[in-house]
Amino acid sequence: MTLALFFFYVFSVIAVASALMVIASRNPVHSVLFLILCFVNAAGLFMLAGAEFLALILIVVYVGAVAVLFLFVTMMLDVDFASLRQGMLQYAPVGVVVGLILLVELLLVGGSFVISPNVTSTSVVPIDQTIDNTRALGQVIYTRYVFLFQGAGAVLLVAMIGAIVLTLQHKTNVKRQNVMRQISRKRSEGTELVKVKSGQGV
Amino acid sequence: MLAAAGIGLGHYLTVGAILFTLGVFGIFLNRKNIIIILMSVELILLSVNINFVAFSAQLGDLVGQVFALLILTVAAAEAAIGLAILVVFYRNRGTIAVEDVNSLKG
Repeated sequence: MTLALFFFYVFSVIAVASALMVIASRNPVHSVLFLILCFVNAAGLFMLAGAEFLALILIVVYVGAVAVLFLFVTMMLDVDFASLRQGMLQYAPVGVVVGLILLVELLLVGGSFVISPNVTSTSVVPIDQTIDNTRALGQVIYTRYVFLFQGAGAVLLVAMIGAIVLTLQHKTNVKRQNVMRQISRKRSEGTELVKVKSGQGV
Repeated sequence: MLAAAGIGLGHYLTVGAILFTLGVFGIFLNRKNIIIILMSVELILLSVNINFVAFSAQLGDLVGQVFALLILTVAAAEAAIGLAILVVFYRNRGTIAVEDVNSLKG
């Protein structure tokens, strides 16, 4: 057994076990933490496959952003999670049946196909082993797939604006600056000339 | 590259299939808790990414990794929007149980 194969088994066993704990743990905060563990181990699997850039992006995006987002939402919502687990075992049998059917189908498909031997000669962007993975990806996504890359950016922008618009709330008792009103103010509205008789106040 | 280390394509496909199944099973198991359902969807997308990267390494083609990058983007956007909707729903109704989500009378 080579060292790479040993690490493959370590990463995949931990990833599968923590994925199981994600869906089975009692506390949703624990679920999020196991999700982080699962993603870190999947990043290790990516690293073994030679996709270093994707592995590190997976850690940055998922562990750094998405999982923390989940963690914040889980901790800030004051929900009785125990009541949400009521009747959990009631749904387990149908879930087991569907999951087993899916797994058997996937394994049958995965075990029965063959890759044509001349397919590597027709690959669209052959992996160049002389340059590192990040450079190779950069040479492709900024030239050949630039529109897909821009589209991904647009998706993220729309998601960001959507999330902000959804969660923004206008409270009625908060004083806000009305810039339009401020700059369209006339001098006559702001000042008033009062005749004050001597000896009396305003 | 994979074969030189003794790791076959089948190894990666098996891990991907197990993770995908666990994600689907998680949706069935936690039918009331929408946060866990969102996490299960993330697991499913991760298993898809594992398959893409495995085929990319096996066939020596970089396009699989480009596609996995795009899937990563979509997954992040989906998580952000899903959690935003969840927060808004909790603010309006005070609960996140899936069976109480009937405002649209669907």
